[in-house]
Amino acid sequence: MKTIADRLIEDEGLRRGVGRLTPEKIQKVFKELVAGECGARMKTYMETCVRCGMCAKACHYYMSHKDPSYTPVAKVSQTMWRLFDADGKVDPEVIYQCAQVAYTECNLCRRCIHYCPLGIDTGYIISVVRRLCHKLGVTPQYIQDTAHSHSATMNQMWVKDDEWPDTLQWQEEEAREEFPGLRIPLDVEGADFMYSVIAPEPKFRTQLIYQAAAIFHAAGVSWTMPATPGWDNSNMAMFTGDSEIMARVERAHYEAAQRLRVKRIVMGECGHAFRAVYDVANRWLGWKWHPVPVVHSVEFFWELIQQGRIKLTHKFAEPVTIHDPCNVIRGRGLMEKLREVVHFLCDNVVEMTPNREHNYCCCAGGGVINCGPPFKNVRIVGNSIKAEQLKATGVHWCIAPCHNCHGGLDDIISKFDLNMHTKFLGDLIYELMEKPE
Amino acid sequence: MSFAQSWDFTPGARVVADDLRQCSREYEWLEEPHVSPDGERVAMVAALEGPAFTMAVNGEAWETTFDKAWYPRFSPDGRLTVLVQADGDWTLAVDDVAWEEQYGYVWNTMFSASGDIIAACIQQDGEYGFSFDGTPWETLYENANQPVISKDGNAAAAVVQVKSLAQADVVTFQEGIFSVAVNGEAWDSIFVNCWNPVFDPAGKNVAATIRRSLYDYSVAVNGKAWTGSYACAWGPAFNPATGAVAAPVRKAGAWGMAIDDAMAWEPRFGQLWQQAFSPDGSKLAAIACTRFGEFTVAVDGAPWGATFPVVTDLTPSPAGARFAALASDHNTNFAVLCDGKVWDGRYDMAYAPVWSADGAHLALAVEKAGRQTIVVDGKAYPQSFDKCYAPAFSPDGKLVLIRALAGGKCHRIVAPVTAFTG
Repeated sequence: MKTIADRLIEDEGLRRGVGRLTPEKIQKVFKELVAGECGARMKTYMETCVRCGMCAKACHYYMSHKDPSYTPVAKVSQTMWRLFDADGKVDPEVIYQCAQVAYTECNLCRRCIHYCPLGIDTGYIISVVRRLCHKLGVTPQYIQDTAHSHSATMNQMWVKDDEWPDTLQWQEEEAREEFPGLRIPLDVEGADFMYSVIAPEPKFRTQLIYQAAAIFHAAGVSWTMPATPGWDNSNMAMFTGDSEIMARVERAHYEAAQRLRVKRIVMGECGHAFRAVYDVANRWLGWKWHPVPVVHSVEFFWELIQQGRIKLTHKFAEPVTIHDPCNVIRGRGLMEKLREVVHFLCDNVVEMTPNREHNYCCCAGGGVINCGPPFKNVRIVGNSIKAEQLKATGVHWCIAPCHNCHGGLDDIISKFDLNMHTKFLGDLIYELMEKPE
Repeated sequence: MSFAQSWDFTPGARVVADDLRQCSREYEWLEEPHVSPDGERVAMVAALEGPAFTMAVNGEAWETTFDKAWYPRFSPDGRLTVLVQADGDWTLAVDDVAWEEQYGYVWNTMFSASGDIIAACIQQDGEYGFSFDGTPWETLYENANQPVISKDGNAAAAVVQVKSLAQADVVTFQEGIFSVAVNGEAWDSIFVNCWNPVFDPAGKNVAATIRRSLYDYSVAVNGKAWTGSYACAWGPAFNPATGAVAAPVRKAGAWGMAIDDAMAWEPRFGQLWQQAFSPDGSKLAAIACTRFGEFTVAVDGAPWGATFPVVTDLTPSPAGARFAALASDHNTNFAVLCDGKVWDGRYDMAYAPVWSADGAHLALAVEKAGRQTIVVDGKAYPQSFDKCYAPAFSPDGKLVLIRALAGGKCHRIVAPVTAFTG
């Protein structure tokens, strides 16, 4: 059987990181990690896996490559089992291999939980491998840079403090050409909700901010965005394994909402950010739940539609399909609300198979796309199963309410010549809604 | 006599503006009202035809108009400031007079405690720093964030980037590119990260949380780092009496309080933050997580009995070494905590608590079923409003100034503490 050692890819961050390691240092850090951060959950998973291989067909990497070394159980056997078997005392090159598996060959999509008869969460195990790699300083260069950005600016893309409000004011000015009187209300204390987005929106995808403002304007809702850091809800530090920076970023996000005295936070169409805000970083900070309620855009759009606040001039006529983002579908259960929103907007919806909580991942999430160019080809080839799934629908439009999913899907659409286009819900709502004069 | 001492504290109610939609100039729309600290003026950004923007104060528009105007804020001494853009450049306008200096961008208006000094963050030609009353720092930086000014307004500090960083250059970043600049002059020491710079009450010393490597958190005071290395640390605070520096630090998976690099509170908390000294320095309090999902306030390391899913807004009294905070059940069902006791009232939203100068009384704005009012010592004012701003006590602590909006009017009410009976 092939192993990760047969497909190593050079990455500056990984190579430099392992160059500083010795087996003794690895063992010390591993044992501290296991003793300090891994409790019954890890022990249970380590001891209950019966090596049945049922997880194999859950993984898009395996389904694409048909190489057993890509199965979830093989990922664990090549990383955590190997470390436990050696009591953590392994050659630095093993850590390189562990890092490549953990950061670039597992999206932490958690599809395999549904196929494991014992409910083992391989995503959790791989997250712990990432935590170890972070503590050893062995992380891919590009995603590590985003974690650095988070630490220095509280956003993912080195957006400086002035660039954020300046961008919003620019979008507001543009939007007023179309919607006189439209506002992007900054720092309005007591608004009903704070709208937070991920840093790529002000950096590259400003039209999404424009569209959101247009939708909120048409819906007549009370909203605000913070003028200060805390506006970015993304969290790549969660995926590098830097829990401390993950928590600092999330604290800034929640404290922005608390300072503004909003009733809740509405998040843009991003999956991983939702996972960080809703499930992971909030709990590292000690909150059992989220200190300010968090609503993903899928759910918020669904509410607006239920309340009759969005009216359409027409429905999207061409056939569309729905991609279920892992973090808001398996992570939050928004599959039916997503469908209700899409059916409200579109006349002809062709479902992928499988779908909902069994949908295949886009192969970009979990920080994999953020590991950058060195791993791009593997990521794309590693999701031919998704390409087949998309192609089988026979449609040209794919709706995906998640930024990373757009990145991953666009790549495979291009690679496999699928003649498809991706859309956010916000794209469609903006396109189809009745626009106030 | 300070501005606050000059306020009209004659008991009674007045309408300061009887029609919030009224403006001396024709307008397209008026934005959120901001009420002056003394409650005598209500100001709104007014969008005029053009488009152009100005400020409307008690219905009277400023003479000057701008291409853009945002972030209106009253200074503690009652001056109205707003960030404005004209002909592509940004500056700050104070009572209808713009600073002469213009910048690429201006934001984050800040004031000295008395309000006599106004500062703001500036960006000029891609470099960052501060402007004090229109005068910029001599040295600007590639980046400057987490700004703070001293109580007297004579000093400002920010985390600054002192070395350039190429795209995705993780090596240089981890060698350290950040420091803290005070009045434009960076510390000699450089760290991987600096966070939360803070002045002592005299404005002479600055402390900040630092990260010396991705894993080594500590605190630096005036650029000199503590020896101790911690798994994580939050922002520091100075003891106003002794000058000692306290910071929550994480060790072996739990949080404790380090003072001058020695553990003062053993690491036994799930979380610990927003620490605050009493002004006499005799007590130190912090928001603490005693068990997963259970938060309270700990004073000198001893947690209060009542716990809640969320605790915020820890506020020390100006005198008497008392502490108040807000608690909520995930942003609903807000309660007020005061010296370990829980007030009876429960609210849909609660705003930051305000102490009387002698520390005898505590007031705050609260909201229930869409209506807001002021609560003093647990008792509500017997009238509700659409919106209440932060209350203020008279210097002797016997009277409360209520600034509120209701029925399209701006109300100014001075009520004795005894009038709060609800």
